[in-house]
Amino acid sequence: MEAPAITVDHLTKRFGPVTAVDDLSFTVAPGRVTGFLGPNGSGKTTTLRMLLGLVQPTAGTAVVGDRTYGRIRRPAQLVGAALEASSFHPGRTGLGHLRTLAPQAGVGNDRCHEVLELVGLEAAKKRRVGGYSMGMRQRLGLATALLGDPSVIILDEPANGLDPQGIAWLRSLLRSLAADGRTVLVSSHVLAEVQQSVDDVVVIGSGKLIHASTLDGFEALAERFVAVRTPAQDAFAALGTERGWEVRREHDTYLVHGVGAAEVGEAAFAAGVELHQLADRGADLETVFLKLTKSSDAPTATLPPRHTPPVDAPPPAGGGAPPPPAPTTGGQA
Amino acid sequence: MIAALVAEYRKFFSTRLWWILLLALVGYLAFIAGVFGFSMTVESSEPTAPVNFLSPQEIAQSLYSITSSIGYVFPLIVGSLAVTGEFRHQTITGSLLVEPRRTVLVLAKLISSIPMGLAYGVLATATVVGVGGTVLSVAGDGAFLGEPEIIETIVLSIVVMVLWTIMGVAFGTVLTNQVAAIVVVLAFTQLIEPIARVALGAFDATSEVSRFLPGAAADAILGSSAFSSFGGGGGVDLLSQWAGALVMLAYIVVLVLIGRFTTFRRDIG
Repeated sequence: MEAPAITVDHLTKRFGPVTAVDDLSFTVAPGRVTGFLGPNGSGKTTTLRMLLGLVQPTAGTAVVGDRTYGRIRRPAQLVGAALEASSFHPGRTGLGHLRTLAPQAGVGNDRCHEVLELVGLEAAKKRRVGGYSMGMRQRLGLATALLGDPSVIILDEPANGLDPQGIAWLRSLLRSLAADGRTVLVSSHVLAEVQQSVDDVVVIGSGKLIHASTLDGFEALAERFVAVRTPAQDAFAALGTERGWEVRREHDTYLVHGVGAAEVGEAAFAAGVELHQLADRGADLETVFLKLTKSSDAPTATLPPRHTPPVDAPPPAGGGAPPPPAPTTGGQA
Repeated sequence: MIAALVAEYRKFFSTRLWWILLLALVGYLAFIAGVFGFSMTVESSEPTAPVNFLSPQEIAQSLYSITSSIGYVFPLIVGSLAVTGEFRHQTITGSLLVEPRRTVLVLAKLISSIPMGLAYGVLATATVVGVGGTVLSVAGDGAFLGEPEIIETIVLSIVVMVLWTIMGVAFGTVLTNQVAAIVVVLAFTQLIEPIARVALGAFDATSEVSRFLPGAAADAILGSSAFSSFGGGGGVDLLSQWAGALVMLAYIVVLVLIGRFTTFRRDIG
């Protein structure tokens, strides 16, 4: 299969005073899965909607191959997209939904049944979508995207609402689509969801490009560190100071940055410090992701609660939405 | 375009709304036709009652023409749902992904509404003629179904229902909020227009305007003879049939142009 690439070129979208997408450029290569990452509200969906001709760019272009979406004849046969899991008429059956799109996708009923089977909805196809779970809607969205057997597949947050099994299934589906030579672009605000299935990453924040590279290139940005557990805590802390390591404590584990397990083990052995655990922790991409997206001004949205407590002084352990200080908080939903 | 039309049919028939609205329309018209039929066959003591000065055939013609004047709210809503339903459930996204040419989508909705309006018009008119004609032939002086004027009224009644359906689609392109569209259609057809026709028709200076209201234009297509007894707005001062049809088409064209250059030019998302 010869699939065209996606090229986003100096794409900009302003909604009044708000710049949702800001001079964004990147390409998505065929035969690979590209993760399109960024926090909520960073402009991913707006970018995809411009690419799909639903939103008019303020400036710049987004093309599939050499054409904008609106200039593609029978676009569903070239580009399949699933934008959100809610865009179904609740009174229509899963099969009925696909049949409303089939004529213009240029496919017959057979293909509708085929894609329903592919996403595991054949048993539910005669049921109304209103009764579908979130995961089933995501699957129906995928079936919709695949209806015209397109060589370019664009999925917006496809893992939302899928259970772990569903996410594993999605991964293998994405891999097999790319293995066919298709161009696959998958957006997500949770890196972990796509980390195991993407070849390339494009990270945006506040509508701007923050990082674009292969997954390996992205991983190279991640700091490696060593996790250490020891009963001789004071001795180990002293050792760290002596060696000039950057040591951070997390519960009963010390995290040593910028050195390998061999070096830490050797030093501890030489100093006679007893260790119960010594492990190289792999690249923590989530931390890189958070760091990258935080460097933009997007997360200011989470800061205001900090300034408010003096007003009514809520209990410190209360819920609310405190800004995540530690990297272990991971991606917020 | 053919694929777009097939898609519109599938959208229409794949939810339950079409037959729910059809049942409501048929039930409502059957009731009204029965009530009017009986009221027009009973001798009235009032000297001005239509039954006392209309010929039996004119009574039949008046009765058969109520499909549009009483039931036009239904095709308006059916038509508007073709557009507002897409925005309410965000299926407009999927529709524009398989057909990014927005003019094609709008035209497909307009054209596909013609046979749908025809089907609703035929069934609605058949209900009125069936119930009304039965009442007239049992309790009155006959159904007059073979008379050319009566056949013309029946055919035109169907045509007007088709025009109302197309106008519903056109209106939906302008007001895409489904609830708002239904409320406006109900308020306009049940309250605003009947009052406006009477109020505007009451003064010489404004009576000219009242003839150009959509309901008055639809009545004009059916012919003033059908409204010699009732049908709102005094029923006396109507446009000619052709002028009525042109006024209705003008409403459709203006609404669609507004919709195409507002709703269907905006960003979808």
